[in-house]
Formats: sequence, C-alpha cells, structure tokens
Amino acid sequence: MMLDALDRQIINTLQSGFPLCDEPYAELAAGLGVDERTLLQRLQRLLDERVLTRFGPLYRADRLGGAFSLVAMKVPEDRFEQVAEIVNRFAEVAHNYQREHVFNMWFVLATDSAERVDEVNREIEKCCGLPVYNMPKLKEYFIHLDLKVEEADGSP
Amino acid sequence: MKVSKTGMQAACVELDEQDRKIVAGIQSGLPLVSRPYAEIGKAIGMPEAEVIERIQGLLERGLIKRMGVVVRHRALGYRANAMVVWDIPDQQVSELGKCMGCFEFVTLCYRRPRRLPDWRYNLFTMIHGRNREEVMDKLAFLIRRCRIENIAHEVLFSRRCFKQRGAIYQPASDKVTDSPEV
Repeated sequence: MMLDALDRQIINTLQSGFPLCDEPYAELAAGLGVDERTLLQRLQRLLDERVLTRFGPLYRADRLGGAFSLVAMKVPEDRFEQVAEIVNRFAEVAHNYQREHVFNMWFVLATDSAERVDEVNREIEKCCGLPVYNMPKLKEYFIHLDLKVEEADGSP
Repeated sequence: MKVSKTGMQAACVELDEQDRKIVAGIQSGLPLVSRPYAEIGKAIGMPEAEVIERIQGLLERGLIKRMGVVVRHRALGYRANAMVVWDIPDQQVSELGKCMGCFEFVTLCYRRPRRLPDWRYNLFTMIHGRNREEVMDKLAFLIRRCRIENIAHEVLFSRRCFKQRGAIYQPASDKVTDSPEV
C-alpha cells in the first residue's frame, strides 16, 4: 500500500498518543488540518490494509499480573519446520522469529504469570527434545516504539 | 519516585470490577466513531465520562503504557530487522545501555541474562532498516558514537516472522497480556 503525506502524518501523530476527550478524532483531525471524517476513513484504510495492527491501549502486562520472556533455541536446520510448528502451537507464544545464527529460533512468551513462563518452557523442551534458553528482560533502557515514517524511497 | 523491595511484590496492581470492564472493553481497539468512549461505555454499561476517567487512571497507574497505534514495520517499508547482541562487562551495562537507547533507530534496548557457556551476550538492541545495508550503517554509527569498538557483538538478522498476535485478554482469570515488539 502506498502511504501519502497525510497517512504518514497520521501514523507519526498516533504513535505518541491519543486524546482522552469526548471527541478525540475531531481533536486529532483539527491538529492535522483535516476533517474528522477524512481521518476516520484514513484510519479504517490503514487498519484494513494492515499497516496498523491495532489502535487502542498498550497494556503493561507485567503490572496486570502477566509475564513476558524472550526464549531462544538452537534448532538443527533439518528440524526447523517441525520444531517451529510445535512451538507455534502454544497459545503463549506471541511471536516467533527465525534468525540467522546458531541460535536460530527466537520467540516471545506472553503468559498470565511468571510461573507459567517456566511451565511452558519445560513443555516446549519436552515436546521438541531440545533445550530452551530463557532470557527474560532484566532492565529496559529507554525505549522508542516509534519508527518515523519518512518519504517512502525504499518502501513497497 | 520511591521504589522499595517490597514494591516489587505489589507489581500486580488490583483492578476493580469497573476497571476490568474497561480493560476488556478496549482491548481489541477503539471504535472508529466520533465518540469512541461513549460507544465503549454503551457496550459495558458505563457513562462516557467515567470511561475517560478510568482510562486516565489506568494510564496514570502505568497499567496502560499509552494509547495509540501498533504499526507493522514491514508495511512501512522497514524490511530488515536485526537483533544486535552485546557482551558488555557487567559494571558497564547500564552506562552503555543508556547510550545505545538514546538513538532513535534503536527501537528496543534490554538487559537480559547471559546463558553461559552457550550464550555470552547480556545486552539486546533492535535495529530496523529498509534493508540490511541501512541496518549495518546505523550499527556502525552506533558503535562510533557510543565508542564501543572493543565490545564483542553479533548481528542476528531475521529471516521469517511466524506469528504475531496482539493483546489477549482472558476474562476468566482477569489477566491481560500484550505482545510488544521484541
């Protein structure tokens, strides 16, 4: 999907927050110099085209009792597809990346408790017959979730 | 802000019944209508003003990090993503982590445990770029600016992403999880 200047402006604006007032879209639209209807249509299109996956709250799972962890595995190349299938079947696996390294599988567990992270890891080890390396976050140093959307020179 | 050791145990903040309704009511996203908070309120039986007030409260208490959008990097043309991992002497992690976290193109910067002897790296950064060359340029810039030429590191480019899901709310246990970009 081609993004025009307004799309980029909308995305950049929304990455930093959303107004809490009766008519938040109207307020945002005014700041962007468009009318509310235009903004709503653009947002709908960005969601339909899956440029945006979600529009709403980002919860802090750890403060709501949940837990996250990054987990790595060294999977033999010829078993990769099979192991990926097993791992991805676990509902607690939020996403899973294949990376170019001996540690070639990296997935994120999102569970409703810290204990559950360990349980799931044990189950995965048992099902795959491979050790998992649990690497929970110990400390976060300043985080930017925003990626500025610039003029699309290399974009699709 | 005071942070005590016992404070760690209170990490799971109590939500009252009304807060839970809000968390469940907005988890899949805000409706695209003029008065989204009124619409949510209608669905969960709460006045618009209270919906706004409670979301404000959840933000202030840090249960919601922010309201906004989750973008798919790939859809924006960021096709290369590298996890760059560093083996930093323990006493320097904090200082160097803060330095690396300052750069806008470093989208995540976490300290994680080493898993010796197999895994020596204790700082994880994520760098996105339109292509691998751009990622490597950014990395070179980062190394120069933080003066970390002597720190061992590896670049793990992603080849495939299998699964990406958003927030999941499990009403039965009143637990919420969300998957960030990691």
